[in-house]
Amino acid sequence: MNGGPALVSIMRQGSTLIASVHTALDDSELVRFEHDLIHQIGEHRSRGVIIDVAALDVIDSFAALTLRRIAEMARLRGALTVLVGIQPEVAFTMVRLGMGTGQVPTALDLEEGLALLAAHPGAGTDSTERDARPGSTP
Amino acid sequence: MDERPEEHPQTRALHESHWADHGGGEHLLSQLVAHLREHRTRLQEEWSQRIQQAHLLTAMTPQEMAAETTSVYDNYVEVLETGNVEALQHYARDLSERIIPRGVETHEVVGIVLLLRDVLARSLFEKYQRDFSRLNEVLDAYEPAANRIANTVAVSFVDERERIIRQQQDAIRELSTPVLPVRERLLILPIIGVLDSERARQLTEQLLSGIRKHRAKVVVIDITGSPDVDEAVANHLVQTVDASRLMGASVIITGLSPKIAQTLVTIGVDLSKMNTIGDLQGGLEEAERLLGYTVTRKEGSTSS
Repeated sequence: MNGGPALVSIMRQGSTLIASVHTALDDSELVRFEHDLIHQIGEHRSRGVIIDVAALDVIDSFAALTLRRIAEMARLRGALTVLVGIQPEVAFTMVRLGMGTGQVPTALDLEEGLALLAAHPGAGTDSTERDARPGSTP
Repeated sequence: MDERPEEHPQTRALHESHWADHGGGEHLLSQLVAHLREHRTRLQEEWSQRIQQAHLLTAMTPQEMAAETTSVYDNYVEVLETGNVEALQHYARDLSERIIPRGVETHEVVGIVLLLRDVLARSLFEKYQRDFSRLNEVLDAYEPAANRIANTVAVSFVDERERIIRQQQDAIRELSTPVLPVRERLLILPIIGVLDSERARQLTEQLLSGIRKHRAKVVVIDITGSPDVDEAVANHLVQTVDASRLMGASVIITGLSPKIAQTLVTIGVDLSKMNTIGDLQGGLEEAERLLGYTVTRKEGSTSS
């Protein structure tokens, strides 16, 4: 996609990918983020994805849509996505404007998000559990 | 209120130039005032009767009314004499402060001042009925002053009223909506009194920041103490629940009155995501279940 430094860092922690958004992303940067993340899910055979948006004080409709699409694509590639760190004002604005997160689960912060993934069968960070499941590779 | 002292020298100047145009105005005015002072008892009596006929100030006892009408009359004549509205403003505000809590309405206050103006005008007609041009001169002097008095009293009354309303609004705002942590990760939000859109907004703000601050997973909003909500507030409440969900907390609403339940259903808000439970006790039990707490009574303890 476009050059320049990535505005999202995607880190691997066991079978979980943690994508931390540092700053407001414009539309092309969102597309690039989507592209990168989906690729890395396949590369690392991740079962869970956490997108941390704590640094964002604005989430516009395109961003909300992209996050929903990422979650849906990740699901198709075998990973559960959790959205964490939505700020109070952002949460209320999103609801007011009718842009919820759809079926995407949300959690307060990274810690809660990891706990939510751990509680979810198959999406936990325990790799032996994952490997023990037949046909778990995407 | 800040504008009036500035405005005042102007009106005063107008007043004076008015006298200058109609040579002998000061003389006329002092004559007028002397006339009103001379017939004070009779005119005041007449005025009180007209107030009673018009069924104004029914909230006051006859004694109170006699006292108030006397002082209003004296103030009125004094302002006619001096043209100094400030003292009247002060008096009118003072009067308003005393009578507003007794349920005196704006129309009554304006009504009695206008009645007084009419009673005095009638007495002037009567006095000068033989001399038409003189009557005209006297009315020229009287009318603007009288109208300004009526205006001042009405404005002062409304100002005072607005001040009281503002004071009450502040008081209501201070009855804040507390966000109380009951257990780790569990908040309760009791709502007492009518929820208007301003309070609903405040509630949302406090709830969402409370969720972050206390890292809450479950919030119980108890609206037992709220008799009614309107459509806008109901929608706001639903949005608050959704926003809380975005922050990873689930909301349980308890104590919905039959009326509020009816409102929510009638306006067709999406209630499928709302977790509601009959009363606060049930709500707390459900919250504890969600959080994995079990409350057991210690053996041997007696509660009664």
